[in-house]
Amino acid sequence: MADWVVHGRRSRPARANGAGLRDLWRWASLPFVVFLFLPLIALLLRATPERLWETLGTRPVQQAVGLSLRTAAAATGLSIALGTPVAYVLARRRFRLKRLVEALVDLPVVLPPAVAGLALLMAFGRRGLLGGALEALGIPIGFSPTAVVLAQTFVAAPYYVRAAAIGFSQVQAELEQAASIDGASGRQVFLKVTVPLAWHGLVSGAALTWARALGEFGATIIFAGNFPGRTQTMPLAIYLGFQIDLDVALTLAVILGGFSALTLILVRTLLQQEPPAGGS
Amino acid sequence: MRARWGGLCGLAGLLASAWVAGCAARMEDNESLTIFAAASLAEVFQAVGEAHRQANPAAEIVFNFAASDQLAQQLLAGSPADLFASADQVQMQIAVDAGLVDVALRRVFARNRMVIVVPSDNPAAIASLADLARPGVRLVLAAPEVPAGHYARLILARASADAAYGPGFEPAVLANVRSLEENVRAVLAKVVLGEADAGIVYLTDALTTGRGEAFAIEIPSGLNAVTEYWIAPLSGGTHPEQAEEFLVTLLSAEGQSILARYGFEPVGP
Repeated sequence: MADWVVHGRRSRPARANGAGLRDLWRWASLPFVVFLFLPLIALLLRATPERLWETLGTRPVQQAVGLSLRTAAAATGLSIALGTPVAYVLARRRFRLKRLVEALVDLPVVLPPAVAGLALLMAFGRRGLLGGALEALGIPIGFSPTAVVLAQTFVAAPYYVRAAAIGFSQVQAELEQAASIDGASGRQVFLKVTVPLAWHGLVSGAALTWARALGEFGATIIFAGNFPGRTQTMPLAIYLGFQIDLDVALTLAVILGGFSALTLILVRTLLQQEPPAGGS
Repeated sequence: MRARWGGLCGLAGLLASAWVAGCAARMEDNESLTIFAAASLAEVFQAVGEAHRQANPAAEIVFNFAASDQLAQQLLAGSPADLFASADQVQMQIAVDAGLVDVALRRVFARNRMVIVVPSDNPAAIASLADLARPGVRLVLAAPEVPAGHYARLILARASADAAYGPGFEPAVLANVRSLEENVRAVLAKVVLGEADAGIVYLTDALTTGRGEAFAIEIPSGLNAVTEYWIAPLSGGTHPEQAEEFLVTLLSAEGQSILARYGFEPVGP
């Protein structure tokens, strides 16, 4: 009798057990996927193509789109230009303040954007730390597209630096050394060996930076202000348009969402085509 | 392994305490009177709330201060509230048109007027309304849908119709606008910070600044906009009696004298 009980317990087929568990995971994942899916679908359903096309022709929308594209591109470019040296040093060198620099680079990612905006104002505003000097040099930053680019760069550059640093660190130093032994100059080693091998990290980092810059709101409205054509980027226009004209807000939301999706698709296809990083 | 469990417990503890703290803050909301009020009413309504609480110790009030157009949109989107105090008639009408407010129950409870504010060092040497048209002045206004922005534009239009300023005045001033802020306090903040050379805000906003932070310059009374503050109970409000009690306090002699103390023009008890 006791034997049968024990036997009975043990005799539950293992395969059915495993399949049951897998289904549980799938069901458990459903709520989150639906939660992500639903708002996006709702947005697309609400914004009909005719209204979209109509609003796209209006000046405020065109100004917001144009400004957003220009400033985000500039911010991404600036992030790459200023961030690549930092990423390389963080990947390759060991120095005393390394942890501090790493934390500093990571900070804008966790800092609330409004805090970032206020901090930028305190530093570069007219009465800020550097503001007076910049005014004297004839470089007014406040209320200008420059301020927008600065705000976007501040919050978005860390994404590039992090990804680029990881990309660089995955390039084996021996490959670089081999190239320089074969006669390549420092620049050639970097451009022809390091960068191609770190490509995944650099591209995905730049894409994240671009997306983050495009979507930046809090720091922009505090530091750069809000003026159509000069500082009113798409997120600002959505936020303020929501209070006046829902159509404008919806159109811009769809455009902005579309850009984000496009970036994601482009990056994924680009990275899938590339051969895996050297050696691995 | 132990470190990982320790870290997880720490994280769980942090989330739990954040949740509890959030709950404690929320505990007041269910029984409280919710008042949506224009940004420029922040200090004076807190004071009236204090006076109301002293007369009615059981009263709990929760305020939501923001630009009137933002509040109207929140109400339209279904945000629950008991009273709506708007800085102009336009936003109150939006609430009426949406069926949220009974048109017969809305009333004016205070008036205000606009002034020009400049930073303490007055970098652009603004002395009068006419100076706002000078090229190169960094002017900040509230966005057009915000009552303060709407009133500012009214003033500029009136000035342009006046021979002393001429029709070129309004476009010249608007050309100096550097930013359209989402509420009047943001305009004031930009001026106090010295980012802007000048802004147009309510007189009462200028009075909230600390000594020496900013200066107010009068706008000629013939051109100035007489701003009206409207208040109304919301049809969907869940505390109609408490809302009425607050209105009684607001419109009483004491309430009106509090308004006067903060620089508003009372409408009389």
